[in-house]
Amino acid sequence: MIISGHAVVIGEDVDTDMIIAGRYLRTIDKSIWVDHVFEDYDPCLAKKMNGAVLVAGKNFGCGSSREQAVVALKEAGVRAVIAQSFARIFFRNSINYGLYIIEADFFCEEGMTITYNSETAEITTENISCKATPLSMRMQEILLAGGLAKYLSTKVQDDDEDCSS
Amino acid sequence: MKETLSVRILGGEEGSYVDKKVDRAYAHDGTGVQALEAFRNFRMKSEGVKNPEKISIIYDHIAPANNSTTANLQRHLRSFAKEEHLSFYDVGSGICHQIMSEGICLPNEIVVGADSHSCTLGALGAFATGVGATDMAGIWATGQTWFRVPKSIGIHLDGKLCGHAEAKDVALTYVKNLGMDGGTYKALEFIGEGAKAMPMEGRLTLCNMAIETGAKTGLFYADQTTKKYLQNHGVEEKMISLQKPENCDYEKEIYLDLERVEPLLAVDNRVDTAVPVSRYAETPVDQILVGTCTNGRYEDLQRFANIVRGKQVAVRTLIVPASKDVYRKAASSGIITDLIDAGCVICPPGCGPCLGVHMGVLGEGELGLSTANRNFKNRMGVGAEYYLCSPSTAAASALTGEITSPDSLLGGD
Repeated sequence: MIISGHAVVIGEDVDTDMIIAGRYLRTIDKSIWVDHVFEDYDPCLAKKMNGAVLVAGKNFGCGSSREQAVVALKEAGVRAVIAQSFARIFFRNSINYGLYIIEADFFCEEGMTITYNSETAEITTENISCKATPLSMRMQEILLAGGLAKYLSTKVQDDDEDCSS
Repeated sequence: MKETLSVRILGGEEGSYVDKKVDRAYAHDGTGVQALEAFRNFRMKSEGVKNPEKISIIYDHIAPANNSTTANLQRHLRSFAKEEHLSFYDVGSGICHQIMSEGICLPNEIVVGADSHSCTLGALGAFATGVGATDMAGIWATGQTWFRVPKSIGIHLDGKLCGHAEAKDVALTYVKNLGMDGGTYKALEFIGEGAKAMPMEGRLTLCNMAIETGAKTGLFYADQTTKKYLQNHGVEEKMISLQKPENCDYEKEIYLDLERVEPLLAVDNRVDTAVPVSRYAETPVDQILVGTCTNGRYEDLQRFANIVRGKQVAVRTLIVPASKDVYRKAASSGIITDLIDAGCVICPPGCGPCLGVHMGVLGEGELGLSTANRNFKNRMGVGAEYYLCSPSTAAASALTGEITSPDSLLGGD
């Protein structure tokens, strides 16, 4: 899959409270999070999210297990997140929710157009090209299925068919 | 070299992926609502929850509900839990990790909680880790999940704590040592003579903060302390298998001399910034919070009460017992009365204001001291500042109304 978007550059150790604050969690109306994404980090960022590829430093998504951090990014239009490293639960939540998550030592300027090829794990901009750490087969399968719900549904069906044949 | 405890429990080589049945899974009112929504997206052949007897829903994050929106979300999840025959703990029962530690989770079990601090239960020798809502929904649907078997970091605890230094100060020390991502994708194994001598409440505190280094879990080996603790919570002896620490193949080892640990504060919106309390001495404080899954246990309340008993706190002070059991014990031993007499406010068991949504949120420009595990910007009040500390530091500071080291107020020993 080819994913493309404009770069929004953020710092390191950005925690899930920064992505979406605890005070906005008590709802199942996802549209509410779109306006408040990154509010405590930089209130101007929410407007830049639609069509963005986030480029972050190390340890992106540390802190809480709140899946709303991933949902808020997706709902706001973020196409992928590139970071030097990700916090474990955020990484897993992203895969489960179908958000492309790319681990790479990659830096670029704000606003540059970034293209990511998920088959070759290659990131390119106008003037740089960089190889990302490839996702494990397990992660790729879940991501390609469109998230854990679809992956498990298909998998259980396959298993059942195996049993009946 | 021998296998780490994580390898032994998960049964796979480090770095490999394993699919495992989960012995115990739980979600709270926050993640549970999201998990229920995710669960409804699963198109499984069997529609219901698999192994409902292993699944718990525990209301702790906003308990009781603070407004109609929260109340309605909680109403739906409560109905679902009852329909599916899940073990359900309503408001007032306490914090999910604490309840699970009180005779439910056992050594060698695989425990998954939909909350990042589920690593707390590694203190019992279980492999316990946190996940998000969709993962939890997957466990409800299938009874299992996948794990990547982590490499481990050995944290040797040597010597004995001195003065008024506590397990919380040890936790702030190792988090500072590793940094906020120093444990990412790893398990932390607490070993050595200092680990063996650590009481269960201290072990729970130490494992609780493993996630603050990015770790998947923190672990203590189940020993006589574990056995006695679980038996005191009604677990039969035959259910408790002990674990012997071996000279394991750790990716990294760090050594902490407990004698050199002093009362600490985590400041500046980062958990890995521990500095001696004395460095901030005499800074005025607006609120003290004693509680949360890090330090809301009976022993924490007791240490706090031993310092403030017979005196008056000089600043608003909230006490939040971590569970109903903790609350009951503190009530029957007289600690609650002592705390009320000293001017403290007792809140119902649960997470309290830790996540910044109700009951004790700070105002703009205020400074709080909290025995919690996170001091992220704006978390416990927009525009407020707060530092993390131990119950004894909270007590000394409550009496003076300003940041005060318990060693300076009460003497070092």
